[in-house]
Amino acid sequence: MTMEGNSRPRLAPGCRMGENNNQRMLLMPERALRLNGPSLEIVSRCDGQHTVVQIIAELQQIYSKAEPHKVEQDIIGYLALLQKERALDFEL
Amino acid sequence: MTLNSHNPLALVVELTHRCPLHCVYCSNPLELQSRANELSTEAWSRVFKEAAEAGVLQADFTGGEPLARPDIVDLVRNARAAGLYVSLITSGLPLDEAKLDSLVQSGLDHFQLSFQGGHEETASDISGTKSHSHKLRVLQWLKRYRIGVTLNFVIHRRNIDELEEMLAIVENSGAGCVEFASVQYYGWAFANRERLLPTRQQVDRCVELLNRAEEQLRGKTRVLFVVPDYYAKFPKPCVGGWGRKLMLITPSGDALPCHAATVIPGLSFENVKNRSLREIWDHSEAFQKFRGQDWMQEPCKSCDRRDLDFGGCRCQALLLTGDACATDPVCSLAPQRPKVDAILAEINNSSAQQAISTPAWLYRPNPS
Repeated sequence: MTMEGNSRPRLAPGCRMGENNNQRMLLMPERALRLNGPSLEIVSRCDGQHTVVQIIAELQQIYSKAEPHKVEQDIIGYLALLQKERALDFEL
Repeated sequence: MTLNSHNPLALVVELTHRCPLHCVYCSNPLELQSRANELSTEAWSRVFKEAAEAGVLQADFTGGEPLARPDIVDLVRNARAAGLYVSLITSGLPLDEAKLDSLVQSGLDHFQLSFQGGHEETASDISGTKSHSHKLRVLQWLKRYRIGVTLNFVIHRRNIDELEEMLAIVENSGAGCVEFASVQYYGWAFANRERLLPTRQQVDRCVELLNRAEEQLRGKTRVLFVVPDYYAKFPKPCVGGWGRKLMLITPSGDALPCHAATVIPGLSFENVKNRSLREIWDHSEAFQKFRGQDWMQEPCKSCDRRDLDFGGCRCQALLLTGDACATDPVCSLAPQRPKVDAILAEINNSSAQQAISTPAWLYRPNPS
């Protein structure tokens, strides 16, 4: 399943959030990603409940000073990166 | 002097050297440790806590065969409780459905299943044990669970022409990742090198096939390929740099900077029974020895790539040049590269290829 506005991203099997020395991390098979600010806000919404459209809307509210279109593009780019890393599944 | 050591990120947990397989390229040392010397459940569980406190994120349970430990489910549970991400690197051989279920319930994050070939005959020849069809069953069981699954095919001259069959296994598996890992020439593999090193033609075909597979499997399965470094232009950044990211604990509790470090003469290793993991990481002689760049010789010392590959692999430098401080001789800039070229020339000459058809393997035994 590819990424669509109404699809619901969910962390792929073997991927979960973790914490080390107060740093939130995305733990994946044989690698890990630091989560800060926007990346933490995005990944914590990849729960199979939020749609891509909802994630964008919620982050546009949190980062209301940023240009909404820029926020949308950044989120789509980040989700595509996570998908390429096999960290996300997209469900309908 | 203590060099800036940050903290370890990955802990390789060698639970035992016992194994039902006898692979001719086993990464365990030539001198195997016996069951009587293995750390207890309690000692390992303390190590997991110390590791998490020292900043380690991931524990890779390996061996030998980690499932040979009767306390494996407790060890997974305790590592997970300590806050670690737990991977099991296994042959899948001593595993049944109930044991797999207990492992998943105890918090196993990631299951890495090794394969020795594209089909039973080759796999049995390489591992000295019949195990291939059982591995295919394990793959079916794994589909019931939402845990990470990686397939690991160890590639060498005897099985590199079976890539299509291996890829068919990958496609039916639903695994998130597949690694085609070329044999690295240490320990048992070093002893069997003449029969394992692929020809240049085989490597070229392999690269082409895997590039295509990567395209086809994109978004479904990540395809990783570890090239045989004898054919590479630059060395691998071995263990991400000595004493930078990784710590390995042997079955008896010795803390090593890499799998093969015991081959380096004069290095002494500290044991987790006597000192905390953090102290060993920061201060032990073995971890300090090649940390940073002070030990480097030319051309590494002034090379632009020294922060990328850290001079390559110390154990390979020792094995091929006799000097653990030398530039890894697989590097095209290394003064001793001609040694590697001579090995490749021999492998790629046609009469040598003839001799391969009847290999006389040196199988890795079980520890006494």
